[in-house]
Amino acid sequence: MCGIVGLFLKDKSLEPKLGDMLTDMLITMTDRGPDSAGIAIYGGETAGNAKLTVQSDTPETDFEKLDNELRKMVKGKVQMRVKDTHAVLEIQADQVAVARAALAEIRPTVRLMSHGESLEIYKEVGLPEKVADRFDVRKLSGSHGIGHTRMATESAVTTMGAHPFNTGSDQCLVHNGSLSNHNSLRRKLRRLGVHIETENDTEVGAAYLTWKMQTGSTLGEALESSLDDLDGFFTFLVGTKDGFGVVRDPIACKPAVMAETDQYVAFGSEYRALVNLPGIEDARVWEPEPATVYFWSHNAAPTAQEKAA
Amino acid sequence: MQTFDLEAQGLRALNSTLHAQAENTNQTTWEIINPKGSHAIAVGLDAPIEVNVKGSTGYYCAGMNKQATVHVHGSAGPGTAENMMSGTVIVEGDASQYAGATGHGGTLIIKGNASSRCGISMKGIDIIVHGNIGHMSAFMAQSGNIVVCGDAGDALGDSCYEARFFVRGTVKSLGADCVEKEMRPEHIAILEELLERGGCDAKASEFKRYGSARNLYNFDVDNAAAY
Repeated sequence: MCGIVGLFLKDKSLEPKLGDMLTDMLITMTDRGPDSAGIAIYGGETAGNAKLTVQSDTPETDFEKLDNELRKMVKGKVQMRVKDTHAVLEIQADQVAVARAALAEIRPTVRLMSHGESLEIYKEVGLPEKVADRFDVRKLSGSHGIGHTRMATESAVTTMGAHPFNTGSDQCLVHNGSLSNHNSLRRKLRRLGVHIETENDTEVGAAYLTWKMQTGSTLGEALESSLDDLDGFFTFLVGTKDGFGVVRDPIACKPAVMAETDQYVAFGSEYRALVNLPGIEDARVWEPEPATVYFWSHNAAPTAQEKAA
Repeated sequence: MQTFDLEAQGLRALNSTLHAQAENTNQTTWEIINPKGSHAIAVGLDAPIEVNVKGSTGYYCAGMNKQATVHVHGSAGPGTAENMMSGTVIVEGDASQYAGATGHGGTLIIKGNASSRCGISMKGIDIIVHGNIGHMSAFMAQSGNIVVCGDAGDALGDSCYEARFFVRGTVKSLGADCVEKEMRPEHIAILEELLERGGCDAKASEFKRYGSARNLYNFDVDNAAAY
């Protein structure tokens, strides 16, 4: 069992409250997943720049003068914001690959949580309330975000086993359920040269989507083919630069509730997570259909959906 | 009428108060405010009382109900009215997966849609849905009736026994050993009574009846490899 929440804002005036609203939703889902929590938030981008969110178990030493050292290795400006065990490095957009190589060289113990123009991912082991406090999630603003509370079933309770997982630039995934063919799929993907770090089932799901997109699929196509290639139970919520998408396996025993008003589209594993959102009494509330891919995008018609199977 | 603020007073206090109502209580009407999707609201009731829940509920609302009428003025989460023995549960909105599962008796009325696995392993309950029902509904249903004024999803009535399914709209697919059956006058009479009980604006003549082909009842050596 795990808990998932997501919030996609249509009303720009709510953007400064995104972190606050998501934190309340996340804390409500604590009893579905008390061992770790994470949040992916989209906002605060600067044209021409990219962001790398990195994590360290020894932030005092790893983040010490990290920005100064990186400045010598990448072109352009480097800005660093340290938040507890995480740091957000803002660099020139064309320097992402250079910066990642530099990080691997000068800070091998630092782990990349996310990369993209607007995405930041924060995740740690601990109660959702504590995790949100450590990263000041309540103060974050943005256009949309997704969060996850974890109750581990398939692999160890570690930072790298927590969700969301970064699947590509400005893309991330959270999962409620358990994949049963993750070992064979991990072996297959590793043979194809895909980097998979942990024994976690969701990381394999994320790596699968990344691989599909690198080999020519759109995110929607990758999600549709996941219905054939992933075995097990899943409700996935995927974040993209423009919005988020939802897909449930054909059996659909992992719960999912959506709510939509003129101001937002919200996702929760349970209705409980949505009860304090503004105007929820008059929202359209429904369950996403099994084996169907749903998308909401800031740049396209709302509630676009397509039958996957 | 007694009013109970669930958010202020808590779930355990609510359910123990409702459990304390006896057969001959004079506190027969209850209103629960601020349900906010909480789990296990009004479970295990055993008195002829009426409980109105003003809002949406989470998992397992009105489970194991006996005698009571539980009316949800909102939508209901997974496992609503699970294993009901008698009484009535009414959901004004939609119901999530496995509503009315394993129910032995009583009536479950869902005015919106019911999700997947509605009435799974039902054993005598009557489930009346004004909208649609999801996939794998009535899996291994043993007895009782399901009435669907809208459409049914995939694999309706898979491996069912003697339960009856009346569907007005389309059935996406029938489960193993579930077939369409003739609507005889006695079935029309049963359905008319159910439609009236459920407050449905529909005519019995618009429905088709489905039930067990009874081919899975006995061991068949030709199927040995499938067991």
